[in-house]
Amino acid sequence: MKKFVKMLVSSALVAAMAFGMCACNGGNGGATQAPTQAPAPTESATDAPADTTATGELIKVGIINNDPNESGYRTANDKDMKETFTKENGYEASFFYSLKNEDQIAAAQKFIQDEVDYLLISAAGTSGWDGVLEQAKKAGIKVILFDRTIDASEDLYEASIVSDMAKEGQQAVDWLASQGLSEYKILHIQGVMGSSAQIGRSGALNDKVKAEANWSIVKQQTAEWSEETAQQIVQAVIDSGEKFNVIYAENDNMAKGAVAALDKANISHGVGKDVIIIGFDCNSWALKELKAGNWNYDGQCNPFQAKYIDEIIKNGAKQKVVIMEEKGFDAKTITDDDVAKYGI
Amino acid sequence: MTESATNNSKSSAKGILLKIVRNQLFIPLAALLLLVLFNLFTDPGFFDIVLKPSSTGSLILSGNLITIIDNASELVILAIGMTLVTSASGGQDISVGATIAIAGSTVLRIVKTQASDIPGGKFAGIIIISFLLCVVVSAAFGAFNGALVAFFKIQPMVATLILFTAGRSIAAWINNNDNISINDNRFGYFGNFIPGIPVPTPVFITVICLIVIAVVLKLTNLRLYSQSVGINASSSRLNGINPKMIKLLTFVILGVCVAVCGFIKVSRTSSITYSVIANNIEMDAILAVALGGNNLGGGKFNLTASVIGAYVIQFLTTTLYKFKEIDSSSISAYKAVVVILLIIISSPYIRKRFDDLKNKRLAAKAQANVGKEAN
Repeated sequence: MKKFVKMLVSSALVAAMAFGMCACNGGNGGATQAPTQAPAPTESATDAPADTTATGELIKVGIINNDPNESGYRTANDKDMKETFTKENGYEASFFYSLKNEDQIAAAQKFIQDEVDYLLISAAGTSGWDGVLEQAKKAGIKVILFDRTIDASEDLYEASIVSDMAKEGQQAVDWLASQGLSEYKILHIQGVMGSSAQIGRSGALNDKVKAEANWSIVKQQTAEWSEETAQQIVQAVIDSGEKFNVIYAENDNMAKGAVAALDKANISHGVGKDVIIIGFDCNSWALKELKAGNWNYDGQCNPFQAKYIDEIIKNGAKQKVVIMEEKGFDAKTITDDDVAKYGI
Repeated sequence: MTESATNNSKSSAKGILLKIVRNQLFIPLAALLLLVLFNLFTDPGFFDIVLKPSSTGSLILSGNLITIIDNASELVILAIGMTLVTSASGGQDISVGATIAIAGSTVLRIVKTQASDIPGGKFAGIIIISFLLCVVVSAAFGAFNGALVAFFKIQPMVATLILFTAGRSIAAWINNNDNISINDNRFGYFGNFIPGIPVPTPVFITVICLIVIAVVLKLTNLRLYSQSVGINASSSRLNGINPKMIKLLTFVILGVCVAVCGFIKVSRTSSITYSVIANNIEMDAILAVALGGNNLGGGKFNLTASVIGAYVIQFLTTTLYKFKEIDSSSISAYKAVVVILLIIISSPYIRKRFDDLKNKRLAAKAQANVGKEAN
């Protein structure tokens, strides 16, 4: 009897947990998978019933994305997808989220069985996709990659819509060069080492520092996208008494952490101040800092791929690799409209 | 052992030295001393502390030492709870980083709804409410972990794996995955400086936590009970202690520690990034316990040693940040090398071998002395 009660309690607990997991994803309105769960059937985002013949004129798309909780970028990306692939725009979209490559591949197979017209993929990992993409090709399903590329033959997909991180870095470095400082002493805070954003954004700066005599790096360190770590690194440099006049942080959060350390040490920053602050990603709050003149530059990492995909589906792909237009904002020229339009 | 040392007047100095070496505090203190000497040697100015105005105009203390003590705050507070959990349950909670995200997110959920120009009294009220709520939430999550461990006898590491994986999603869900940034300067007081007070606020919070836990351990049987549960749960049950409640209690205490950490963390930058806040802090907290020479399998513990262990880890981290020559991608490797050395030296096995060696030598000496007297 006691055992039975225990079993009952434990199963209730498991049920409660499963509910908790569903609940925590409810906020995103999708079928986000907690990494510990096995791939489950995906959930259709539209309200349309299973009757596909009635909705025959709609284009069926299966969208495989990373977990929207991953970052502000991903949240904006997912929101953009949901807003574009609606019934009103002629789509019937199903979503699947996972940060795990194998789960994503399993979901792709499921979408192929469901006979979607298009498969849109932001892959968690670069390899292992050949098999499933070949299946898709045989079934006549067109594949469009967004945000991330994969290691597979170009014949297997229609197009790939990506950001050029190296270009983002180059734009920021060019902007910095245009400021005409007599000497650049740069504190460089990097993202997670080996990530494409880190490699692209670090690359441009490293090349410039090597090429110019009056550019030097005071300290180069990874804060792994974390603001507290960035704060600690900047604090350590300030404590060591080294002087710098530029902080090049590879995302907004790290720039924010760096600024917190500067504030503590009474070092002025922003337009016309002692230290130039550069961030990336264009979060709304970061653009507001820019507008207020506390930061100097913010580089965009465009999460809005949906309209490019929409264009390709409706009018066909003109080229294999589509590089999105990405802006860089200067604190002196940014407008309130920019903050509203480009902030994520 | 000590008797044999004191019996012999010649080796009494040695006896004292031995006593010091054998003390649990010796390893973390020695590591701390080593780091201090290393920094003093490479950069004599490392320990300079200056009083200078911050951007708000009030004077604040700054310098590496202050930074270390300030940044170690969260780790020290966590080490308190982690030591108790380790002692009673014989395992570690690996979900603390994720639950810090939940705690921080809870605080911001309350604070973000308020305008930045509300009067001081009302602001204080909101802070107190948000903090209390965050304590309740964290303690509840702690109790969840504790219940799995105590009642369902799940390995602590496996039980806490659930929140380790789900916690950051829950944290994001609490705030609808919004990017929050609090504009009210007063919210930053708790993670930075209160105007007019030159010492960082987290230092005060840490001291308060340490005093509270010291008083609790002094006035209650918590230490005795959790140690006896950790050493032998069934015999403590036969002696009238309820091992389940003790285990649950230690997890709830850790939950409260997590709440304090979460509050400090979000106050430091007035914002939160769900996926990286307090990233890998659980590993550092467990490391602090291990570095303090505590047995990770439960039982006897020394809280002071864990706390010093936590400061050692932060000292090491800051030291590594300071070195220009160390490449970003290899910083973790440097840390790992030092940590491996420290952990091996402070492991109970090595300490025991060390003791055995000394005992043998002492015994041999005593034997020789006896032999001499007989002659």
